Amino acid sequence: MSLLEIKNLHASVDGHEILKGIDLTINAGEVHSIMGPNGSGKSTLAQVLSRHETYTVTQGQVLYNGKDLLEMKPEEAACEGIFLAFQYPVEIPGIGNAYFLRSALNAIRKYKGEDEMDAMDFLPMFREKLKLLEMDDKLMSRSVNEGFSGGEKKRNEILQMAVLEPKLAILDETDSGLDIDALKIVAKGVNALRTPDRAMLVVTHYQRLLNYIVPDFVHVLVDGRIVRSGGKELALELEEKGYVFETEARQAMLA
Amino acid sequence: MISTTEQLQSHLENFSEFTKHAAGRDLGWLRKLREDAFARFCEVGFPTTRDEDWRFTNVAAIAKSVFHLATKSGATPEKSALADQRIIPDSSCRLVFVNGHFAAELSSMGKLPTGVEVNSLALQIQKDPAAVERHLGRYLNIQRDAFSALNTAFAEDGAYIHIARRTVLESPIHLLFVSNGISSAQSPLMMHPRNLIVAEAESEATIVEDYISLDDSVSFCNTATELIAGDGAIVSHYMLERENRQAFNISTLRMQQGRSANVASHSVLLGGGLVRNNVHPVLAGEGGECLINGLFAGTGEQHLDNYMLVEHASPHCGSRQFYNGILNDHAHGVFHGRIIVHKDAQKTDAKQTNRNLLLSDDARIDTKPQLEIYADDVKCTHGATIGQIDEVALFYLRSRGIDEASSRKLLLSAFAGECLDRMKQGAARSYVEKLIDESLSAFLLSSGNASNELLSKDRELSWEEVG
Repeated sequence: MSLLEIKNLHASVDGHEILKGIDLTINAGEVHSIMGPNGSGKSTLAQVLSRHETYTVTQGQVLYNGKDLLEMKPEEAACEGIFLAFQYPVEIPGIGNAYFLRSALNAIRKYKGEDEMDAMDFLPMFREKLKLLEMDDKLMSRSVNEGFSGGEKKRNEILQMAVLEPKLAILDETDSGLDIDALKIVAKGVNALRTPDRAMLVVTHYQRLLNYIVPDFVHVLVDGRIVRSGGKELALELEEKGYVFETEARQAMLA
Repeated sequence: MISTTEQLQSHLENFSEFTKHAAGRDLGWLRKLREDAFARFCEVGFPTTRDEDWRFTNVAAIAKSVFHLATKSGATPEKSALADQRIIPDSSCRLVFVNGHFAAELSSMGKLPTGVEVNSLALQIQKDPAAVERHLGRYLNIQRDAFSALNTAFAEDGAYIHIARRTVLESPIHLLFVSNGISSAQSPLMMHPRNLIVAEAESEATIVEDYISLDDSVSFCNTATELIAGDGAIVSHYMLERENRQAFNISTLRMQQGRSANVASHSVLLGGGLVRNNVHPVLAGEGGECLINGLFAGTGEQHLDNYMLVEHASPHCGSRQFYNGILNDHAHGVFHGRIIVHKDAQKTDAKQTNRNLLLSDDARIDTKPQLEIYADDVKCTHGATIGQIDEVALFYLRSRGIDEASSRKLLLSAFAGECLDRMKQGAARSYVEKLIDESLSAFLLSSGNASNELLSKDRELSWEEVG
């Protein structure tokens, strides 16, 4: 059984169709990358999979671990092991980072019928993950993402992912706005989480990230549809020729 | 409902009965204080919404009801009735007042350090009337406020606290005011607790006024506190309103601050039906600092009105007002922030912020700044915001596995937490934190269906003025 099976997925927002029939299958252990120009629907796909309520699914099916993902609320999807690293991580004044993360971890553990983790057990594990992301633990006593730099926010997303240990991690333009050093740290964090039982969906506009997080498969999304799929070489080809090439190819195909 | 004449008649009956038995009825000065105040009350009567200070709060329900003045011989509950009330751990003492009267058998005086005197005002009037006379009624303005006049007319019992010079009281003094109407025959009870808190120069103390109901009966609690902070004194005052939804609660905190005195007033309004919270500090000595901090959280039909009157009467003083409101269902909140900077109060630094979350379409907030500046070298800023729960933050929390109700509570707690963060760490703050937490949990139970209406875009109203 595949971890994620997307069949003919159509989704719209405010009556405007953005995803126009996506088919994608992801198995455990695989890293897939979705590339595409701005406005092609990459982020929408990421948001639909993490169950954002703004988007209406008008057609199609998504099976996650054999279960109907589209029936799940965001928190259920998260408890079932889906994690979205946000393109724009949200600042939440008044809620401490560490407290938030422990609450999330315990919500997931509770869902799975596991014992909640107390602060004593949480802290050593948390410190280790902080080290992995080379993050200052001073940040953790601050409010969620509040006053964080762009790079710190992105690292914080991967930190959360490292703590919550999802089965399917969706990275939405995690590379955008990162300098090369920060990018390397983020990639190191992500790669440390690559295991045979975990899959990743890396959404990106640029090929750069894929030098550090090397995908098994690359898909090109244009105008709400996957127009091409291939191995990691495809990313390089796109980088060279640009999306225009794909867009034109698609238009030619339609014509 | 009764006519104005009948209203006054019922208060007059209460008053003439009161003057026959009241503690200190033989003291000329006290008799005069009460009589003058009652005369003043009869003269002005209860305010109406035509009165600018009462524009958003209609007290007709109080004015048109007949209340029976609660007496000491009334219902004193069993000790067990208070058993499930939280106590402040390590409080230095807990005074319990039942319907405004000191209940010694329910109170625990603890072990107070030398220099700290805590008593019931009625007992203190008998024990040392001169000490009471020095301050009682000297600060509370009965001319500008009918409720203050009414309270003063019936001033008899409440807390008397005296902290001697340079005495530091580390643990809080807990004053628990219990409304208990069970045995009241026909008409609902009214009570007028009067507290006198004197913190002499360079002393330190924390006082918690805590108002609760033991049953669902209607009551009218009109309380007033005069807090005198001597030069360099540091005082934290907490006003916690958690009475039942039938309760009328009018409270007035009048603070008089000496040179370099530092006073914090924290108001937390969680209960009550019709609540008016007056906070009136006068920064009378140079270099004084005043923090006026509050949280009001209303559901159902609650009406929670906060009226701040901050008077800068001396140079180099700072005042900070921060009030956060959370309103759901049909609740109505009011924040009126008035700052008066007197002519000589140069280098005044006054700031006022009121932030509100409206959780339903029918919840309402009226927020009104009012600056009167008669000095020319001052800094005064004010701002107000009105918004809803941040849907983006809500999705972020949920996407990490936290269910919707818990996520909402986290966001509300964070908003309420801004108020908690301004309280000094300690027993009083932990106590308040637990009360707020319990209240917000109950809050969400009543608001489950409001969530869909929250998707509308944040409305933000903000203004800032520097002058």
